[in-house]
Amino acid sequence: MKILKSLAMATAVSTLALAAQADTKIGMITTLSGGGAGLGVDVRDGFMMAIEAAGRDDVEVVIEDDQRKPESAVQIADRMIQSEKVDIMTGIIWSNLAMAVVPAATAQDVFYLSPNAGPSVLAGKRCHKNYFNVAWQNDNLHEAAGAYANDAALKNSFILAPNYPAGKDALTGYKRMYSGELAGEIYTKLGQTDYAAEIAQIRASGADSVYFFLPGGMGISFLKQYADSGVDLPVVGPAFSFDQGILQAVGAAALGIKNTSQWNKDIDNAANAAFVADFQAKYGRLPSLYASQGFDTANLILSALDKADVKDQDAFRAALKAAEFDSVRGDFKFGDNHHPVQNIYVREVIQEGDVFTNKIIATGLADHADAYASECNM
Amino acid sequence: MSLILILEQVLNGLQFGVMLFLMAAGLTLVFGVMGLINLAHGALYMVGAFAAAAVAGWTGSFVLALMASLAAAAAAGALVEVTVIRRLYDRDHLDQVLATFALILIFSEGTRWLFGSFPLFLDVPSYLSGPVMLPGGIQYPLYRLAMIAIGLVVGAGLFWLIARTRIGVQIRAGEADREMIAALGVDISKLYTLVFALGAALAGLAGALVGAIQSVQVGMGEPVLILAFVVIVIGGIGSIKGALVGALLVGLTDTLGGVFLPRLFALMMEPENAASLGASLASMLIYILMAAVLLVRPSGLFGGSA
Repeated sequence: MKILKSLAMATAVSTLALAAQADTKIGMITTLSGGGAGLGVDVRDGFMMAIEAAGRDDVEVVIEDDQRKPESAVQIADRMIQSEKVDIMTGIIWSNLAMAVVPAATAQDVFYLSPNAGPSVLAGKRCHKNYFNVAWQNDNLHEAAGAYANDAALKNSFILAPNYPAGKDALTGYKRMYSGELAGEIYTKLGQTDYAAEIAQIRASGADSVYFFLPGGMGISFLKQYADSGVDLPVVGPAFSFDQGILQAVGAAALGIKNTSQWNKDIDNAANAAFVADFQAKYGRLPSLYASQGFDTANLILSALDKADVKDQDAFRAALKAAEFDSVRGDFKFGDNHHPVQNIYVREVIQEGDVFTNKIIATGLADHADAYASECNM
Repeated sequence: MSLILILEQVLNGLQFGVMLFLMAAGLTLVFGVMGLINLAHGALYMVGAFAAAAVAGWTGSFVLALMASLAAAAAAGALVEVTVIRRLYDRDHLDQVLATFALILIFSEGTRWLFGSFPLFLDVPSYLSGPVMLPGGIQYPLYRLAMIAIGLVVGAGLFWLIARTRIGVQIRAGEADREMIAALGVDISKLYTLVFALGAALAGLAGALVGAIQSVQVGMGEPVLILAFVVIVIGGIGSIKGALVGALLVGLTDTLGGVFLPRLFALMMEPENAASLGASLASMLIYILMAAVLLVRPSGLFGGSA
């Protein structure tokens, strides 16, 4: 009888201990099929590499594919919050999907950490205490490109971007810093693959340079067609059109092009060197900036979990805000609107052996914060 | 806005239309002859592009790559017809849509499994790269001219096949009355497989041609598929001539609308809003065109009275 009683006690105690340990559940919604799959796969692989390296069995990650469709992202988010009861969400690549999911998630007391999309509204008027962006505010890389265009004495840019929130943020960002004239400004369809009409307009416009934001497959199409068109103006872009995943598909057409990024594989710090080597060993390819963002997001979560329980929201939030983790970007800190304050570099596309990649040639903007922080009342 | 720019845009619209025709021709034949709605047609376009990219990477020859795209898409089409599509002819359209939608998913995930999630490299061959100077001082990429030429040649071949050959007679007869030609001793199931493979090969060719100037990636066929459906609805379902006219109309409307609408709005409002509103409206333009055509001719421009 006594044995039985102590056994019951032990069970009760261990159940209690389990409850106190409080497993952390992370829901990742990202694009794993269709046109933008390469971006989502990179974020996921970078994220999971950090989670696996931590080897914590109290962190569970649920991954789902949004197919780049806002409606399926919303459905998955509802399911994750209502029935899976996730504590933290992350993963969304596209700003239109982020706008559909993030405000609802943070309103239901779930933390959302963005590894990519950073729409301006969520940095400004509709910022939220439970929303953190670990990548950038959408405008940031484009602002650096605008600043670079001034340095390179470009006076008459033709600019184009897809017609969706991040596309508008992109051109707004470029124009904020760029002080020359605009030879033309075009919004293309999201997912457009033929740019013959746009290239003809560039040819006719008398521009001295082209700035474009066309992430994923859109950028591949544009660059190949641009190279084939005989229009010979210098091109500047954000890193999204020159990331590791698409450079091989573009080929030599991209060589020498300047682009702006908050990360590159040659940033000199121990965390980055280890990340690049481990990623190559594990997945057999060079990491892209998306992979670095996924990796940083996971490490930020892990660093906060070391300090606070995710159920204690105030403590956990403070731990996230402190951002005490080894970012592959080097120094990393959050501004008051929970968006990064960071260096943005100018890179150039080069060829290493038979692999096309980037190298940093300058710092475009140092310790750069976004322009919407002042609109945020948290 | 110079005349040269307008002419160049017309060429762009023409080139887009000709590629759409290659897609729509197969779709309209399959619908006209077999009465089947084939959502997986875009997957065959993707198969063609991937086969071309793989063979081009392997051999370095663009001509071999184009042949591979024809062969691979035709083989995939024939295989799908024999194993899946054949069972769907007598079912209603909803079953066909469900089954061919499943095929899209199978093809997409299969391709991802074979080739990975990252876009493949397929480039224009060196002898077709770069621009040429056309009469009137228009600088235009040679490869796009070649695409227009290939598309027109294939289109002419298709008209000849349908109008002048025995197979063509059987295809037209199959469209009109399938029980009757079966009763006359034509092997209808072989004919169906042939038509399906032919449509697939055309889609595969379009995929390979377009893949060289765009990105070869999983899911590349779906946006084109939607446009191809718009084309055959405008042209009249089952009509090759309708597919050609419809494709050129859609190609020109989409290209010219995208260029001129934002400029038109710029006369009336701030350039930034004009660009954004014009772009939004331009992307609706082909659907507005489709609605307008259907209002006047409910069965499409060249559709029968079915």
